[in-house]
Amino acid sequence: MRRQIPLYIVLVCGIVFVIQFFIPSHESEFIFEYGQDWVMVIGILALPLGIWSYLRKTWLTAVKKPKERFFAGVSLFGFAIMMLTGLKRESLMAGSLYMELFEYVLIPIQATIFSLLAFYIASAAYRAFRARSVIATMLLGTAFIVMLRLIPLGPISDVNQALVGWILSVPNMAAKRGLLIGIGLGAIATCIKIILGIERTYLGRD
Amino acid sequence: MTTVELLWNGLAAFLTLCIFSFLYKDNPFYKFAEQLVAGVALGYWTMLLYHTTFTDKVLIPIFQQGKLHYILPTIMGIMMWTRFSKKLAYLSRIAIAFYIGVGTGVALPLYMYNYVFRQLQATVVPLQFSWLGLNSLLMVSFVTCTLFYFFFSKEHKGTFGGLSKVGIYTLMAGFGASFGLTVMGRVALLVQRIIFLREYFIALFGS
Amino acid sequence: MKWHEKMLNIDRRWIYLILGVAVIVPAVVSFHVPVNVTPEVRRVYDFIEDLKPGDIFYVGIDYDPASLAELHPMAYAILDQCFRKDIKPVVATLSQFGAGMAEQVLSEVAAEYGKESGIDYCYLGYKPYPAITIMLMGVDFRVPFPQDYYGTPIDSIPMMRYVHNFDDLKGVISLSAGTSSEFWIIYGYGRYFMPLALGVTGVMAADYYPYLQSGQIFGLISGIKGAAEYEALTEYKGEGLKSIPYQTTTHVVILAFIIVSNIGYFASRRSKK
Repeated sequence: MRRQIPLYIVLVCGIVFVIQFFIPSHESEFIFEYGQDWVMVIGILALPLGIWSYLRKTWLTAVKKPKERFFAGVSLFGFAIMMLTGLKRESLMAGSLYMELFEYVLIPIQATIFSLLAFYIASAAYRAFRARSVIATMLLGTAFIVMLRLIPLGPISDVNQALVGWILSVPNMAAKRGLLIGIGLGAIATCIKIILGIERTYLGRD
Repeated sequence: MTTVELLWNGLAAFLTLCIFSFLYKDNPFYKFAEQLVAGVALGYWTMLLYHTTFTDKVLIPIFQQGKLHYILPTIMGIMMWTRFSKKLAYLSRIAIAFYIGVGTGVALPLYMYNYVFRQLQATVVPLQFSWLGLNSLLMVSFVTCTLFYFFFSKEHKGTFGGLSKVGIYTLMAGFGASFGLTVMGRVALLVQRIIFLREYFIALFGS
Repeated sequence: MKWHEKMLNIDRRWIYLILGVAVIVPAVVSFHVPVNVTPEVRRVYDFIEDLKPGDIFYVGIDYDPASLAELHPMAYAILDQCFRKDIKPVVATLSQFGAGMAEQVLSEVAAEYGKESGIDYCYLGYKPYPAITIMLMGVDFRVPFPQDYYGTPIDSIPMMRYVHNFDDLKGVISLSAGTSSEFWIIYGYGRYFMPLALGVTGVMAADYYPYLQSGQIFGLISGIKGAAEYEALTEYKGEGLKSIPYQTTTHVVILAFIIVSNIGYFASRRSKK
């Protein structure tokens, strides 16, 4: 019964909301609005689970691993300081300590972490982009042409820009469309399997 | 820049350099910045969520506006927390089931429309004897060949094998274009940090 | 080690160092790189340019600091264009770290033009679950956003009095760095058919051409080059155009590395034969 009830809920909700799409009436819009609104409220209340999990894990690291204690402490300190500085709704406005910490701690670190990828992608291009076969040459050739558009080469640039435009809107578009249709069919099949109760991994184990 | 701005920007520059130090090897400065951002990000998001989402969508509707129909989803949301108890964890499935049922029901026709119907409709275009017509013909051929490549119920031999080979070449052209644009994207992130450091040092020492 | 083997085995730290030097060069020696405007970017510009004063346009700041370098310049240029033309933007974010950045860019550009919150623009703030938020905005902005970012009830905001859903807007542009843009197409355009344009990161750009060709989106601004193109059109002096010379030097270095590795590869293959 513990597994059956959720399966029935999924079946009923799934079918109701599929039908709702095809019947644009006041009543069906009412169901849609309330269904989505309720899902949002449920989702909002589920988010503290993630926050709690992270804090618990960091706290246990601090307690159990003396070598990691300092860094776990730094993380907890960061969390605590943001909580304290953001207690009032006014702190969401520019100029508050909460927003200054966001601007001068969170933004630079996050932005820099991702900027490291520039170095890794340069290294990856050097190691992986070798014309070993026709397929590899296709990959290398198109990437090369696309990258070349950022280098001013006089009249060659005009030809290159036109070529990049064509690559993006014809072969690239066709490749991505083929993938999209495949993804779409896969997603539809998964949705049907979930609604019919064939796919039930989301229930977890007992 | 005022002195206060210089100090804040100094902190940002120091943290930026802490992260860049990872390029040499993993070190305590990098780890410090990494752990700090995890805590700060979580704290920022928690308070943002509380003020703009939990307050607006749960506290005010129920306690100030008396919208009692919000009580049921609130209870279902709280049922999610039973995931932490082995005995009561099954209760969270009810909320998850509602969430997944509504989500899949809404998504199914929209996936069908956007991923399949609209894409096929845009692929089938009238033939024209022009440059545009040639491109349309190439587009139809490339899309078909790409789909052939993903058709695994028939062995990729003979004409079918040839068509699926055109499909893989098309895919490689697509991935190549993605890679070229990815390089631009990744470099942009690095450039932004370099511009930030340059402007900070100019403000600090003068140009 | 033979010369071609050396070409094939350059230590990663040398690559990092050379790239590092290449990215610093334009910081020391300034030079200009011309930017040509692509039709997909021009369409977004023309769409906003053709709007009348007082028209309401939605701008989604759906990215986090990791993509700030590419998408922030777009946000500045678009909001600048909106305020210059007296178009009233409704701004919201579907990214958890987008709220602070949206507040920053909006208040900065609005202050330049002396625009007032609630009258000339409206900042709705952040809500999680992008797909649900987009669908609920299609029903009524008041459902996902009963109050704006600053806690003012939507009904008390003069500009929003007659704005209920996408039907009351002239169009939507989402600057996004993740699944949000996909959600805007599937759950936004797919359900409500409003004019939709996207500003995306370079990493994502190539994936959105099928939607552009099918007409699900009317325009596409791709990465930092797209941002620079937009700045060139609006004549806004921002970070997009500023970063193009840096892009040029780093691309020269990366392409040089690819050429070196391929020369080394072919030379070593010939010597093996």
